[in-house]
Amino acid sequence: MHIHDHDDDHHHDNHFSPMEARVRALETILTEKGLIDPKAIDVIVETYETKIGPRNGARVVAKAWAEPDFAAWLKQDATAAIASLGYTGRQGEHMRAVFNDGETHNLVVCTLCSCYPWSVLGLPPVWYKAPAYRARAVMDPRGVLEEFGVTLPADRKIRVWDSTAELRYLVVPERPAGSEGLDQEALADLVTRDAMIGTGLALSPEARA
Amino acid sequence: MSRCETPADSPGLPKSREGDPVFAEPWQAQAFAMTVRLHERGVFTWGEWAEALSREVHRPARAADGADYFDCWVAALSSLLAERGVASEAEQAALSDRWARAAEATPHGKPILLENAADQDQSPFSPCRSGLDVD
Repeated sequence: MHIHDHDDDHHHDNHFSPMEARVRALETILTEKGLIDPKAIDVIVETYETKIGPRNGARVVAKAWAEPDFAAWLKQDATAAIASLGYTGRQGEHMRAVFNDGETHNLVVCTLCSCYPWSVLGLPPVWYKAPAYRARAVMDPRGVLEEFGVTLPADRKIRVWDSTAELRYLVVPERPAGSEGLDQEALADLVTRDAMIGTGLALSPEARA
Repeated sequence: MSRCETPADSPGLPKSREGDPVFAEPWQAQAFAMTVRLHERGVFTWGEWAEALSREVHRPARAADGADYFDCWVAALSSLLAERGVASEAEQAALSDRWARAAEATPHGKPILLENAADQDQSPFSPCRSGLDVD
């Protein structure tokens, strides 16, 4: 027996983890019952992987920075303002936009499970779903922000928003200095996913360049 | 003061950069998409789903870095489907077991088909076939 032999050379050519096997089983059952169509499933995966993502949210924020009327609408009825750009939630959830300013920084969490504004931010990052983030964002938001490299002035209030299945939050970060001459597309490039969750700030044009 | 919950006692927060993949493995994407579809079909409301998922993610002994999030997701989907009478846990477990055996029995490079599972199948759920096991 030499060291390059794999122990799975014989009949263990393929192996499913328990999770893989369980998901296959669910897929088989649901397909047989006519509840899902594997092709529709592939389309959903592809949509969330490639078409929906934080760029949607970045465009919403850029428009709010550039157009005061849109900002006012977003503040008043985020669900409708966001839907006007074609981004609607599949779960029928309502959106609320929370604006950072010189007094308050907003941070979003879901302590219940991991509700997240999919339609504007895509799928949540791994850390958003981690128990550590969910627990600490509520108890020690300032410490969490520091771990993400965000240090706020001591007098800046931090407001933590707890998402639910029905209501999801989008943080509108402060528009960075030096971005005055930029068009909306260039502005959107300054808006990161983390800035819209509240664990980051918008990039400065120099940082982006 | 709940000192036991200070950051010093927590592991560091995992971070992921923008653009990092959100699904670590294809089965996670599959489970996610099936759930979205079932909700669209009205099998459950999103509130009911959130509640089922919440039950799973609040179980003790979860991975602090959230690496088992989609394990929770699948467990939530399984139990919700059992509750809704779509398929009992026993049916789901038997069929999972059969898929695992099918994978083991399929040579590398060949598509893994349920039919490839070795015989002696006790599964109460045998789709596509009527009692005739292929070996």
